[in-house]
Amino acid sequence: MAATDIKRYAELSVESADIRPHESTWQRVRRSGSVRLGGGVIALLILIAIAAPWLGTVDPTMFDAGSRDLVPGKTGEMMTDEGDLVKHTFWFGSDSLGRDIYSRVIYGTRVSLFVGLVTALVSLVIGILFGLVAGYIRWLDGMIMRVMDGIMAIPAILIAIALVAMWRASLTTVIIAIAIPEIPRVTRLVRSLVLTIREEPYVEAAISLGSSTPKIMFSHILPNTIAPLVVQGTFICASAILIESILSFLGVGLPPEIPTWGNIMAEGRIQFVSYPHNVFIPGVFLTITVLAVNILGDGLRDTLDPKMAKRL
Amino acid sequence: MYQFIARRLLSTIPVLVIVAVLVFLLLRLTPGDPAAILAGDAASTQQIEEIRETLGLDRPLPVQFAIWVGQLLQGDLGESYYYKVRVTELIAQRLEPTMSLAALTIVIAILVAVPLGVVAAWRFGGWFDRFLMGFSVFGFSVPVFVLGYLLVWLASLKLGWFPVQGYKPIANGFGPFLHHLVLPAITLSVIYIALLARVTRASVLEALGEDYIRTARAKGLAESRVLISHALANAAVPIVTIIGIGIALLIGGVVVTESVYAIPGLGRLTVDAVLSRDFPTIQGVILFFSFIYVVVNLLVDLSYVFLDPRIRY
Repeated sequence: MAATDIKRYAELSVESADIRPHESTWQRVRRSGSVRLGGGVIALLILIAIAAPWLGTVDPTMFDAGSRDLVPGKTGEMMTDEGDLVKHTFWFGSDSLGRDIYSRVIYGTRVSLFVGLVTALVSLVIGILFGLVAGYIRWLDGMIMRVMDGIMAIPAILIAIALVAMWRASLTTVIIAIAIPEIPRVTRLVRSLVLTIREEPYVEAAISLGSSTPKIMFSHILPNTIAPLVVQGTFICASAILIESILSFLGVGLPPEIPTWGNIMAEGRIQFVSYPHNVFIPGVFLTITVLAVNILGDGLRDTLDPKMAKRL
Repeated sequence: MYQFIARRLLSTIPVLVIVAVLVFLLLRLTPGDPAAILAGDAASTQQIEEIRETLGLDRPLPVQFAIWVGQLLQGDLGESYYYKVRVTELIAQRLEPTMSLAALTIVIAILVAVPLGVVAAWRFGGWFDRFLMGFSVFGFSVPVFVLGYLLVWLASLKLGWFPVQGYKPIANGFGPFLHHLVLPAITLSVIYIALLARVTRASVLEALGEDYIRTARAKGLAESRVLISHALANAAVPIVTIIGIGIALLIGGVVVTESVYAIPGLGRLTVDAVLSRDFPTIQGVILFFSFIYVVVNLLVDLSYVFLDPRIRY
């Protein structure tokens, strides 16, 4: 007992203390294991998305009736657009139309990452505008926040499903439909940040110096909301990737010929008992992607926004 | 206290009104002619005109809204285009599977997540705590349909423990009813467990830092009593709050889970209504789900009075 006590006190001594020079936020973020893990996987996925045509893929919409329902690793034939029959190894098998699942999964990375990223940006931009207005222009606050409460009372997936059903699914409508239910969360966050920040002495100083309202909002308040917003953005990105795949899976999302992970699974579920890999392979990619984005978000939250990290 | 309940009840009215307006606008503020969209691609001009007239789409928006709300207040959600029955009747038929699934999911989630969260907070920073936090990130990330198919493959196809799909009404016997429901409920509960365990851990952890915990330990209470009657009891408010907020997750999950397991509930109805462009049904189901969400969170707010005697309104 005594020995461990001595050891513990030794650890508390100045000599052994892990004293580091003052770190910048960027250095702290880079040192975080979660940021490295999540960010590394996402970087790899982005590379896969960009390099999709050169990764041994074929046109993901191309099908050959002779190569239907192949198990992973089987070699079959495919008719190219020029009409030549080429030998092709179906690493992940083929679906019931004879499309190469490997190519569809690889190209599906593009759709998922694009939808996740753009949805996060769209809902952040719109949410920031509403949040700044609600937090700074008091007479509009009540009205905006009541509407946001109303949107939040409708489950996100239902809003997305209903909007996509009305608009006919395309990349743009899917992104807007997923972004709309996310906007209130951003608005709430920005509004609460504004309400705290506007009481800070530097904002008071700007007001007393006669700065205009837009100038105060954009050059004094907005920069101080960036850290929590980056964190919120990654979580929106993860949820957008999930909801897009759900829409596709339910058959109400992007048209079935577009290679998205949800579409591959929707097609594969019909023959799930005989060919479960058609559901599992895109499912694994989807899970890894969302997991990576969430881990990155957790890492960013812990390093950028310690106050928020403590709350949950 | 009655005053508080009355005030809280009144405060849900504006939210419900805004939800009604939003759901109403959802189907009206679309690019193009709603009547043409409702009629479908194969409809003639005459059919489109007919739909416009029966729905009153030729009248000004506020008038349409007033008529619609008037019907709504009489409990009339209109008639389904596809099933040709009242939407309220349709919802009533589909209510049992969904409610059973949701109830079993919540029970499983609470029974699993709360003890896990308490133990993780008790052994804060230990291997169990880190494992649980890791699991909860995974639980948030794995899509409910991927998990559903994984469980079907493992527990039904490989091990043969559960039926692959389908639903048995409770009227046909409790055994088969539960047997069909367990796997979907486990699937759906994972994300709920992730959320609930995290919040339980955080709020128990906060309670454990309080002076009364030290007092309880100092007077020689068993650790289990310290954890349950002191720490957990004081962490109840945030836990119950997150159960209420989690209902939104649950509703989203129900739509997907029912589709995976072919359960003829409200979630299936929603997807079928969207695929057949059955707008009165879409509207009705969304309103119904939102109403449930608002009411559950109202009950959660009211429960604070019983959970925390310090809260007196």
